[in-house]
Amino acid sequence: MTATGKYLRIALGIAVIAALIIVPMNFNRYGLYILSQWAVMTIAAMGLNLTLGYAGQVSLAQGAFVGIGAYAAAIMTTQGGMPLIAALGVAIVLCFAIGWILGYPALRVQHHYLAFVTLAFSTLAFLVFRNEDWLTKGIYGISNIPRPNVMGFATNRPLPFYYFCLGSLALVSLAMWWLIRSPWGRAFVALRENPVRALSLGIDTRRYTLMAFAIGSALGGVAGTLYAPLTQYIDPVPFNLSLSLDLLMMVIVGGSGFFFGPFLGAMIAVLLPEWLRFTQGYYLMLYAVAVMLLLIYSPTGILGILDRYLAERRTKAASALRAVAKSRLETAP
Amino acid sequence: MTAVLEVTNVKKSFGGIKAVDGVSFDVQEGEILGLIGPNGCGKSTLFNCILGQLTPTDGEVKVDGKIVTGLRPSELNRLGVSRTFQLLQVFPKLSVRENLILAGQEHQGNMMSRLFGPSDAGLSAAADQMIGFFKLDHLATEAAGGLSYGQQKLLDAAMAFMGGPRLVLLDEPAGGVNLTMLGDLKERLAAINREKRATFVVIEHNMEFVMSLCTRVMVMAEGKLLAMGTPAEVRANPAVIEAYLGHCGIDP
Repeated sequence: MTATGKYLRIALGIAVIAALIIVPMNFNRYGLYILSQWAVMTIAAMGLNLTLGYAGQVSLAQGAFVGIGAYAAAIMTTQGGMPLIAALGVAIVLCFAIGWILGYPALRVQHHYLAFVTLAFSTLAFLVFRNEDWLTKGIYGISNIPRPNVMGFATNRPLPFYYFCLGSLALVSLAMWWLIRSPWGRAFVALRENPVRALSLGIDTRRYTLMAFAIGSALGGVAGTLYAPLTQYIDPVPFNLSLSLDLLMMVIVGGSGFFFGPFLGAMIAVLLPEWLRFTQGYYLMLYAVAVMLLLIYSPTGILGILDRYLAERRTKAASALRAVAKSRLETAP
Repeated sequence: MTAVLEVTNVKKSFGGIKAVDGVSFDVQEGEILGLIGPNGCGKSTLFNCILGQLTPTDGEVKVDGKIVTGLRPSELNRLGVSRTFQLLQVFPKLSVRENLILAGQEHQGNMMSRLFGPSDAGLSAAADQMIGFFKLDHLATEAAGGLSYGQQKLLDAAMAFMGGPRLVLLDEPAGGVNLTMLGDLKERLAAINREKRATFVVIEHNMEFVMSLCTRVMVMAEGKLLAMGTPAEVRANPAVIEAYLGHCGIDP
């Protein structure tokens, strides 16, 4: 059963990847834009999923890190004329460092108190984007952000740029997969489930908490460096608190603490409003109702439903096995 | 014999309440010291002071002659001091094997090797050995949260030994464990003590368990040390009978 399950999963994975590569080939400009946005938001949500889903630290600042990454990319590639890869390096280092510092409050406060601290940071970052004209051009924003050349290929057209985003998502996913299954990933889960016990097992909860914030924030920065060349124009508005809330919703709706949660969550947050557009003025309402119903039905998100179903099946199989073993014992002479 | 643990005049007050009021004792290598006393007499608080979960108001704790007062629990654990908790403290969503690997991983390598090295930190074999030792074989891949209470208690104890500790403090390991499993647990603890020369301090209310496992027993009452001696001596001590065991307590 488990062997076929494994092959099924691999087949499904290959099919999804193939579809992501082939199907968009005849998408129009707007479709590709939306799909690229999905890839970018998935990266940011994966970062938040690490901080919140695995390590259990609430953050309402992920949107601010996307903003920091986006501004780093915009400023460096337009005014500095530098390649995007340099901006990526700067964004990662900058967001990692700021994320690390933002982690310090988490050593003292938890849950909604921590949410408020990170919310304050989010507001602060927005004010910097808006008011520091000399650096960010304030409300006028930065336009004509160039798209990069990746290994000699220009990504100016929508399809190559989509592949660039998809490739970045693949790389980030692999790195995240490695991180989650490493002893670090286990320590993050320990932090979420029982920090007191973790501490008594020699786990330096302080360092892992800061790491969870720093790495999660750095991924926000990565998403930002892709966001800037995607839209080719940025101003402060997209990076206000609502982006952080959107990202939080993606993680929770998809399934917080599940590896594929952010992929699904970002898909729903980015694509569902588009699909519901035929309902015209009602689409936001329908969308909100759908999200509410989902969270009432399954507080652990969409993957939580799947997880419950699989766990139920396992329990049934196990109790069936036990019943068989028991009846054998009883019939034995 | 050398003292693994030396506790000197440890005090801990919460506001006006003196939970631990000047307790001194030491534990020799290879010893199993029982710590008994009525509920609320300060046993667990004393444990928490020794282990860095609480900072003592006064006094000093030494492990292998080194002052450890004020160290964080994680630092103390890496010096070879391990513990179990009174209430269940396993990681319910991780499997039994994952719980054990987690319990040992911080004793392997450094932060970098834990990120880039093997996923199991090289501990799969050690974890499986521990699973076998505590007779949890059929449960290795089960989520720890799905185990029975007694099985979780065994896992909890097993986790305390993954780092190869010199000193283990067990807070009510027998609480809520059925008789068969209790026998298993006692036998396992005695075996680890024999084979690895691991030193134990055990808080327990089950007198049969304490009296048959421990080499020395220490009795606390109202935050103070009331008596210390071999199980037989303690059992015969009138002050202990008065404060804790009661006149019609256990069979001699």
